Parts: sequence; C-alpha cells; structure tokens
Amino acid sequence: MADTSHGTGGLAFDKSKRAWPNEVNIFIALVLIVLIFEALGQMLPYMKGQSMLFDFNTGRDGTVLNMARIKIIILQVSIIGIIALGVTQVIITGGIDLSSGSIVGATAMISMSFAQTELVNGNPNPKAIFGPWAMDLPILVPIAVGLGCGLIAGSINGMLIAYTRIPPFIATLGMMVSARGVAKWWSRGNPISFPTDEYAAISNGNLLDGLTFGAFSESWIVTQVFDGQNPAIYFLLLAVLFHFIMKYTVYGKHTYAIGSNEDAARMSGINVAWQKVMVYAIAGMLAGFAAILLTSRNVTAQAGMGFVYELDAIAMAVIGGVSLAGGRGSIIGTVLGAMIFGVIISGFTYLKLDAFYQEMVKGGIIVAAVVLDQWRQRRAALKS
Amino acid sequence: MSDDIVLRTEDLTKHYGGVHALEGADFELKNGEHVAIMGDNGAGKSTFVRQITGVEQRTRGRIWLYGDEVNFAGPLDAREAGIETVFQTLALADDLDVPDNLFLGREMTKWNWLGPFRMLDYKGMRDATVAGLERTAVKIPNIRNTIRNMSGGQRQCVAIARTATFHSRLTIMDEPTAALGVQETAQVENIVRQLKEAGEPLILISHNMRQVMDLVDRIIVFRRGRIVANLDRNETDGQDVVAYITGAKTGTEYEGAA
Repeated sequence: MADTSHGTGGLAFDKSKRAWPNEVNIFIALVLIVLIFEALGQMLPYMKGQSMLFDFNTGRDGTVLNMARIKIIILQVSIIGIIALGVTQVIITGGIDLSSGSIVGATAMISMSFAQTELVNGNPNPKAIFGPWAMDLPILVPIAVGLGCGLIAGSINGMLIAYTRIPPFIATLGMMVSARGVAKWWSRGNPISFPTDEYAAISNGNLLDGLTFGAFSESWIVTQVFDGQNPAIYFLLLAVLFHFIMKYTVYGKHTYAIGSNEDAARMSGINVAWQKVMVYAIAGMLAGFAAILLTSRNVTAQAGMGFVYELDAIAMAVIGGVSLAGGRGSIIGTVLGAMIFGVIISGFTYLKLDAFYQEMVKGGIIVAAVVLDQWRQRRAALKS
Repeated sequence: MSDDIVLRTEDLTKHYGGVHALEGADFELKNGEHVAIMGDNGAGKSTFVRQITGVEQRTRGRIWLYGDEVNFAGPLDAREAGIETVFQTLALADDLDVPDNLFLGREMTKWNWLGPFRMLDYKGMRDATVAGLERTAVKIPNIRNTIRNMSGGQRQCVAIARTATFHSRLTIMDEPTAALGVQETAQVENIVRQLKEAGEPLILISHNMRQVMDLVDRIIVFRRGRIVANLDRNETDGQDVVAYITGAKTGTEYEGAA
C-alpha cells in the first residue's frame, strides 16, 4: 500500500474500462435489425420467402443485393439525414433543436420563390411570387437565399439560447411555431412551383455525370448507390466534412466540451455563448440546405414541407448513440442511426404493414433509444 | 517592486450588491512560497481567488503579478499570464481525454487561418501532456482515457497536472482534496510537495488543518470578508489558527478589521 501513496497519481488503468467505440454497437444493431426483417420475410406466410435486401434470383445488378430497395432507403434518409448532422451537433452541446422541420418549410418557400422560371410551356409562370425581376435568376441566388434563411433562423435560435439563457427546448419551440407561420404567410398558403431547370437539377441531376474516380468509377457503390442520387451524395459529403470538423477542429472540441461540462468550458476560457450561436447557426443552415434539396427534388414548395422532420432528425441522432445529456455521440453514429431509421421504415413497407403502424413503432424506437442511453449513462456512473 | 514577490494585492474588494464578500485584502506571496488560505464558509476565500484569476471583476483594488500590475478580463487572461487554478468544482470535461482537458480553451492548433475550424494538433498536445505529467510525477497509464472513467483522485491529479504542463508561474488550488478519500488525498498532497521541491509558488485553500500544517509555509486567515491573520506555520498551531478562524482572536496588525 505504501506504493500507492508514493507513486503520485498512481493511476491504475483498467483495460475493461477502455471505451469500445459505441459506433460498433450501433452497426451491430443495424445488422441485427436487417436480420430480423429478413427472418420475418422468411417466416411470415404471406411474404412467400421474399428477401428485403438480397436478390439472388436475377443478379441483374451484378450483386446479390436488392439495389432498388437499398437506393430508396438511402435516398429516403439523405435529406433528413442532412438535418440530423446539424441536430447531432446541437445535441452534443446539451441542447435540442425542435425548429429544423419548420425552418425547412420556411426556407423551402423563400428559396423557391427566387428559383422560378419566367415561362412555363411558353406561358407566364402561373405560380409566380415576384415580378419578372426575380425570374430565371442565376442558380446561386436561390441557393444563397436558402442557406441564408437557414443561417438566420439558426442564429436567432443560438442567440436566444446563448444570451437570454432560456432553455433550448423553449427557444427552438418558439422558432418551430414562428417559422411555420412564415412558411404559410410567405405565399398565403399557395404552393410555389416551376423552378428553373438548373434548380431542379440540384437534386434530380447527376453530380457524378462525367466524373471519373479511376478504378472506383465502375464499382457498384458508385454506379448503383450514388449515380443520379444527388441528395445521397450531398449527405455523404456533408457527413464526411462534419465528421472531420467534429473530430479534428477546435470547433468540434469546444462543442463536445460544452456538452460535457459547460462550467468547465467557460472557466477554460471558451466563449460558450458564441460557440452555441455557431452550432445552432450551422444546424439552421443544414436545415436550409435540406429545404433546397427537397424543393428541387419535388420541383415545388409547400408550406407544410418538413413537417415533423425535426423529430425524425433527433431520432436518427439518438438511435445513433448521441446522448441527450450532451457531450457524447458522433457524426458516424448519426449516419448509422439514419440507416437504421431508413431500414425500419423501409422494412415496414416491405412487410406490407400500413403507414400508421410505422408511426407507432417509430415513437417506440425513439423512446427505446433514449432508455438505452440513460441505461448506458447509469452504468458508466456506477463504474467510475 | 522586487521580482521575488510573485503576487501582491492591495485593497482588493468585492461587493455583490450590498454584500461585502471581500473587503480591502492586502496580500503578498513570495517566490517558491506555499501559502494556505483558511476561513469559515463564506469568509471570502473563494471570492478572493475569483478576483485574482479573473473569473469575476473586482469592485476595487490592485493586483501585481511578478511586479507587473495586471487587470484580467477573464480566466483565460489570467492563465496566459501564468496563473493556473485547480477549482473547487473540477473544471474538467468528463467526455474528453487527458490532453483535451489540459489544453481545453488553449488548444495547440495548425492551419490557424481556418478560424474556428482550425485543426487540432493532437500529437503536439499528447507529447506536451506526457512531458507535463512526468514533471509532476503524475502517472497516467493511458492519457487517452476519458475523465468519466477515472476516480476522483485521478481526476484531481489531471487537474493539477495542468500546472506542470503549462510552466505556470503561480498555482492556486481551491479545496483540492475536499471530495477525496484518504489515499487519493495522499496522492494530491504528494504532488503539492513536488511543487514545493520544484520551487513553484502555491496558494492552497483548504479546511483541512492537518493538511495545511503539513504542506505550507504561511497561513492567511479570512473572516467575514477580511484578512484577520498572517501566521508563520512554525510559530502557530492548530488551536491558534482555529481561534482566528472563529473570531476568538484577531492578528495585531489587523485590529479593528473585523
């Protein structure tokens, strides 16, 4: 025992406490969920032995995977997944963002009205919001407007939270209601349609057209998953970018520090208020970008767009292991969470279950993910 | 003013509204000296430290560090000037590892033109952490372990290891062992002795009489916001100090202070 009092520090290192990356658990969960659906497909008599993700019969894509379904799953989660990237950062600071769905709605309306084309089949655009000055603007204008709207809405969230110290739940709840109001007021509830071809091409074009990646160009992941699926490409690129930012930059480190111990962050000289403004502003901007992709894909904007996307985005993050207590979670986790989310939704369709069952189960999954997180935290607290 | 005075305060005062938490504190710390600050709860010990470290802005008074008058706008300023504080509430982020915590708020970075998105120099920070830990003889087998997975004593050691890593010119510890067990307290006290041997000046706030008598050269007693005694450790004992803390006695040079 004399040894412990001498060896200042004398920190025993217990190998069993070494952090096993949580992302591995989430990936295992993803695989298990796929297996459950596959098993159900084999067992339920009306499924006639269909497989969800595999296609052994035709092999028409050069793989044994059912690429059509995988493509749909990825595309389905891409746009909300982009929102979830921002929500992840917000939750890591210990906050919450309930406004992203409404920001999508408001941004959709506003950016679309700067993306309209003057003539539709030779006739004036019947849905025109502004006069001729706002028609056929360069593509950069609606993009800048869309990102700007998201940025402003997010900054307002951030400033309310950082400088008035009201709980993030309240601040973003206010934004959720107000931004939806803006979306409805903007065109008095009318849909806004007929964008320029360039705008429609943001989501519906093919970013990879003409690009080559050497030997990689012909690989199935490029030709089958991302070719002609722009939202999926943007999701992947943004996920890589923010993974890098959260892990290797000062911005990321301070975001984790605030969620981990806000007082410690403040005492260490981190400008906590400004950091929060940045995090919420980036989350808003990502919601704005999601709105651009969504309106481009649908070639129309409606005031109801993005309804309850915020909850889906939060669910993706929480399923992906982002702790609602703050400080823990990762972009990779959220991407995996988005995949789990997509597989479950798609799995219900595959099992031919009605949409209302999907919603019931979706709620259950969110609660289960939070329960799991609480349980993990308690276990961690007991260990230390 | 000579350079062997590390810290000097004159008429340091802090009022919270009508509450006079700290009143006219004159204080001096010599190079290599370890001084304890004692006093009852609410006597102004932590308030005193918060004024020195820039966590709060003083109502009036002046502070000199190594002969230069200083006015810290915030804790980071104080840190940059070389004052390292181990706070009563551990200022550690549980989900980050040891180098992250040591460098929190003053990360080593590359590509600084990227502004808030400048790159962290993980390798540089790890190397500096290992060097700093060696200097204080704090042993941490895996510095990449998160703070959450460490015991109270280990956490306190990490907080103290900051001092060594940054070549601080003055270390302040605010009740570093209040929440620790016997063995962990012994570990922390050993680190304090290391600092003494290395000639690092230290201000220790503590309620633990045995610890104070073991570790420091001089004891300053606060009562009701004022300094009421300045005692040499060799010329006093526990009972004497308690008398000052409780108000049974007041130092001759502080007559009428409280």
